Amino acid sequence: MMGLAVCLFVVTICLLAPVYAHDIAHVNAFASNLQGTTIINGKRILVLQNNTQGLGFGVTPIGPTWNFSHYFLGSDNQGRDVFARLLYGGRNSLLIGTSSAILCCAAAAVLGVVAGYFGGPIDWVLSRIFDIVWAFPIYLLAISLSVVLLTSGLNLGPVHVGPGSLLLPIFIIAAVFVPYVARPLRGIVISLREREFIQAAIGSGASDLRILWKEVLPNVAPSIIVFLPLMVAFDMLTESALSFLSIGVQPPAASWGTIINDGLGLLYTRPWVAIAPGIMIVITAVSLNILGDGARDAFDPKAKLRGSI
Amino acid sequence: MFAISILVFLIFFATPGVDPAARIAGRSATPQVVQQVKHEFGLDRPLPVRYVLMMDHLFIKQDLSSYINIGDRVVPQIESAAPVTLSLVLGAAVIWLVVGIAGGVIAAANRGKFIDPLIMFFGIAAISVPAYWLGQVVNLITQSKLHASLFSWVPPSGYVALSASPGEWALHLLFPWLTLAALYAGIYARVLRAELVNALNEDYVRTARAKGLSERRILIRHALRCSLISIVSLFGLDFGSLIGGAALLTEVVFGLPGVGLLTYTALQNLDLPVIMGAVMYGAFFVVLANTVVDVAYAFLDPRVRLV
Repeated sequence: MMGLAVCLFVVTICLLAPVYAHDIAHVNAFASNLQGTTIINGKRILVLQNNTQGLGFGVTPIGPTWNFSHYFLGSDNQGRDVFARLLYGGRNSLLIGTSSAILCCAAAAVLGVVAGYFGGPIDWVLSRIFDIVWAFPIYLLAISLSVVLLTSGLNLGPVHVGPGSLLLPIFIIAAVFVPYVARPLRGIVISLREREFIQAAIGSGASDLRILWKEVLPNVAPSIIVFLPLMVAFDMLTESALSFLSIGVQPPAASWGTIINDGLGLLYTRPWVAIAPGIMIVITAVSLNILGDGARDAFDPKAKLRGSI
Repeated sequence: MFAISILVFLIFFATPGVDPAARIAGRSATPQVVQQVKHEFGLDRPLPVRYVLMMDHLFIKQDLSSYINIGDRVVPQIESAAPVTLSLVLGAAVIWLVVGIAGGVIAAANRGKFIDPLIMFFGIAAISVPAYWLGQVVNLITQSKLHASLFSWVPPSGYVALSASPGEWALHLLFPWLTLAALYAGIYARVLRAELVNALNEDYVRTARAKGLSERRILIRHALRCSLISIVSLFGLDFGSLIGGAALLTEVVFGLPGVGLLTYTALQNLDLPVIMGAVMYGAFFVVLANTVVDVAYAFLDPRVRLV
């Protein structure tokens, strides 16, 4: 329950990002604001302060003011409000994590159930494909696909997805995790197939589609529900890693990973730019994992899961 | 392994809309230049021919060279990067095995008490921390304000070869080791605890209890031995994929010139021969690790030997 509460809290504050940006902080989180000013202790100052150390070249963004209406966590090197970007970034991180997890579980459910139920050559081909993808270090696969697709976008016949689209990371992350979910599901379906009630359904002349829909799917569903929060956590972590390597969410859009990347250059002067999104990732991933544990205890006390990020 | 090489080849050479020749020729190249580049690199031949040619250069002649830095041979580059990755992963593996197994056993021995959920919570936290972020925070703590006082012994990030100076080698790698190990220690502690708790409900443990053995002996000698099987198979896969380049993020954050960093730089330039070489090298270790795991099973679990 703690896990669910924390998740809902994070989702809520991220959904409120525009409200915060427009009505509380009055900033645009995506346009650079090099000449911007803000008010601290009643004095109006520049967001990007001129350097006073060394040769005095360049500018340093202001640090955290800890004041909710003015640059709560300071600004990044474009003069943008880090806290507002943190909330907007959370929307993208959560959106990509959730939708790729749903997509991945749906694809894995179809493939795993088909492979397990029909057996034979279909099973052999699908299992070999899972093996190959499984043998590939998952980050390398995701990174390879992202590098290739982000330079040009995806052109598949009539479908065209632009290079900066959020759909690309969603599809890539969903695709690389499919074997992780599909393989255990296939195992469950294979053991289900031998059970009496499935045999009875086959014996009574029900069509394959009807058996899959009415008998197999309801029995696989709890396992899929158990996988879902864990996959959201994995996918979100993968998304942030890809974005950190600047091959995930593309600027000026933000995600927690890109903000950590923005903060890399400011690490020693303005550490909060990089620290804050990391803390958000950890809080969200911990709560999702606890939620997943809870779901597993509730549905499926014997399930074993291979976590690998 | 053959299948992986084809998959990698296809991702980079046959994805619709991707043209390596255009990348090599540069942004403002004329169509003629692109054509010329295509011909020079053999990119105008049919796909299967190019695949065979590349494998020939990579494995048999071993003279495959980079598209970007013409003259840089791929195989020696990987050979010089491999020891860095190996040092990083080996050290981290020792740490995560010791911490993970100790954590799992302590949690299982004290199940139901206060310490068990505490360890498990730390496990979840370790799994949830992105390695590259943890690495940055570690850098921040050790290299920033505290560098003058508490952490003055921490060297700047980088790599020193073991043969050059063993002490410096370990010192440079200490924090990368800890960063990389945190995640896996968390996973292993959680998996091992679950396995041990399952094993303690088995019949052979009841037999051991009936013989009057101490709880500690049962846990270590009987339950742990069986539970280690799943740890061994996890370890094989994780170790293989880490050596094969999955330690990329840790290498990037700490500036270690290993295979992961090599792959990452190559990916940014779309330097296909280097990517091919690095990924094939990685796949080799994944396949090797799987084989070793199968052999190790037989040692640990007497039941497998009968089959």
